Amino acid sequence: MSPKSVLLWTMQAAVFWLVLFVPQLIVFLLVSNPPTWELALLVATGVIGVVHTAVEPSWRYRVHRWETTPDAVYTLSGWLNQEWRVAPVSRIQTIDTKRGPFQQMLGLSTVTVTTASAAGPVEIEGLEHELAQRLVVELTNTTQATPGDAT
Amino acid sequence: MSTPAEVPSGLPAAPEFVEPLQEWHRLHVRMLVVRPLNESIAMLVPIFVLLFTGNGEKWRLIASGATVAMILAFSYLIWRTTRYRITDDQVELHTGLLTRKQLAVPRDRIRTVDLTSKPGHRIFGLSAVRIGTGQQDVPGTDGLTLDAVTQQEAERLRLLLLQKGVAPKAVTADEPGAEPVPLPESEVISQLDLKWLKFAPLSLSGLVAIGALFGVLSNYADDLGLHPVQDLWEWLFENPSFALFAGFLVVLAVVGLVLSIPLYILQFWNYRLTREPDGTLRVQRGLLTTRSVSVEEQRLRGVDIQEPLLVRAGKGAKLAAVTTGLGSKGESNLLLPPAPLSVAHQVSRDVLKVGNDPTTLRLRKHPFAALRRSVIRHVMPWVVIAVGLAVWAPSWAWPIPAAIVPLAALVGWDNYRSLGNALDERYLVTRNNSLVRSTVALQRTGIIGWRIQRSFFQRRSGLMTIGATTAAGAGIYHVTDVGEAHGLALADEAVPDLLRPFLIDSTVDGQAERNV
Repeated sequence: MSPKSVLLWTMQAAVFWLVLFVPQLIVFLLVSNPPTWELALLVATGVIGVVHTAVEPSWRYRVHRWETTPDAVYTLSGWLNQEWRVAPVSRIQTIDTKRGPFQQMLGLSTVTVTTASAAGPVEIEGLEHELAQRLVVELTNTTQATPGDAT
Repeated sequence: MSTPAEVPSGLPAAPEFVEPLQEWHRLHVRMLVVRPLNESIAMLVPIFVLLFTGNGEKWRLIASGATVAMILAFSYLIWRTTRYRITDDQVELHTGLLTRKQLAVPRDRIRTVDLTSKPGHRIFGLSAVRIGTGQQDVPGTDGLTLDAVTQQEAERLRLLLLQKGVAPKAVTADEPGAEPVPLPESEVISQLDLKWLKFAPLSLSGLVAIGALFGVLSNYADDLGLHPVQDLWEWLFENPSFALFAGFLVVLAVVGLVLSIPLYILQFWNYRLTREPDGTLRVQRGLLTTRSVSVEEQRLRGVDIQEPLLVRAGKGAKLAAVTTGLGSKGESNLLLPPAPLSVAHQVSRDVLKVGNDPTTLRLRKHPFAALRRSVIRHVMPWVVIAVGLAVWAPSWAWPIPAAIVPLAALVGWDNYRSLGNALDERYLVTRNNSLVRSTVALQRTGIIGWRIQRSFFQRRSGLMTIGATTAAGAGIYHVTDVGEAHGLALADEAVPDLLRPFLIDSTVDGQAERNV
């Protein structure tokens, strides 16, 4: 996957923690004589936020893998908790691409492959646009060549 | 959809070939009365309250009248805007006034037909027909449901829709169901035995009913401006009494036991499981609300033997189907109500048409580390609650969760004892959970992918949870906390060639990146 995903995840984590941190900071600065637990919460949010934003993206990048063969799509994702997903090409129902605002900025896409099971979508994150499009075409062609949906 | 809804049914698309089945049907006109009856029984109480609590002021009469009129008008609009037809290829349903919905289901994708008659339906001889396809239901939606048609029409639809590869019989639209469909012979697999009633109290259904009843009653009490629960709580806090609490528990248990038997009868009266000649399995049951669920046998992906803790202690179990196209509500996948375990195995064998019930296979135990994880997982929340209460709550509070900890440890231990997996030529068997132990036999050909999870702690203990995804039933069935090597071998053997290429690649660092 694209090395730019590290940047993507860093941005996502930073935004998440800022949304938690900034309102707390404002409240803390505006209220006169804030209680100690508020300060403790503020510091804890800040520290965890910084550590998480610094560690998680690169850890995640080291873990994440994906691969397609003519028979199956495979991903490995996560960081602390990791998950492998495998879906056979013959069971694919739909293939979607998706781009969030940050992903558009960085020129990345997520390809989602769903099967007839509600529990089994395989998401390939952090692909360059062009590669994602090629992948979709390729998977669509292989899928169309295989009849049946195993429901 | 080639024919718009507005075209009169007398003008079929192809003039020289008149297919009467393709005409649009309305739901039965009696639904005008039945729908308010079924859905608005809950409204009756507020209306009565509105009518009789005051001194007969005029606005109360008007408000009640308006409510009734609105309910009637609403059901008229539903009836007026809903129509369905069955063509050679698909079943179509048009419904909705403001939001027009057009549903079309290809007939060769129909997997199940579920006929439900609530008491209101039955008084007027009607039945609701739910048509299930391979698609998994989004929770809250109800697939394609015709609510409702006459019972004859429902029966005709059931036979017609599940008949595969047979040309639909031309039944004239003027008199639907008039042509008598010969009732073919069906083979009875199992039917209700009154001895099974002893499992009714064990299934705790009485307690659930009390809970539901309590919820409804306190709702009405709220409407009346009463707050009995709140008052009771406050009173209890002022006069804490152990005897009162114990007495309350005893009363609850007794009422639960007494209620559970009529409930069992209500749900499972006339229970029959049959194999129909058109290749479907059919479950019929119910005393007041009757249900008939037909499942295409070919699409049955396995069975699930469920043993709630107390039922298990009484050597009983219930059986559910693992299949596609069943709705999520009202235990539509039930094949056998709580009954002796031996009966459950027997039925499972007959349903799956195998010599030996796969769920009786000897299951492989999971590693010792799984026991540690199971106990910790069950005990942890109670420890956290106890510590939290010890810090922040009055001193009498924390011993309650603390007393639950040993029980939780027992459940954790029993949960570990439940864990197990096996594989035979056709089925993957996995067992999970303690409070409702569930042994699932899943057809290996029904597995359409894997989800293998390794949490941080699992990786440290060399365990993984393997999820077999499938289109049927819950969508995924887990083999929890299995040893890594054994788990991967199991997955690889269950569906040959799917996992293997990746097993090799994932051990070679960075090789998977060659795609980038």
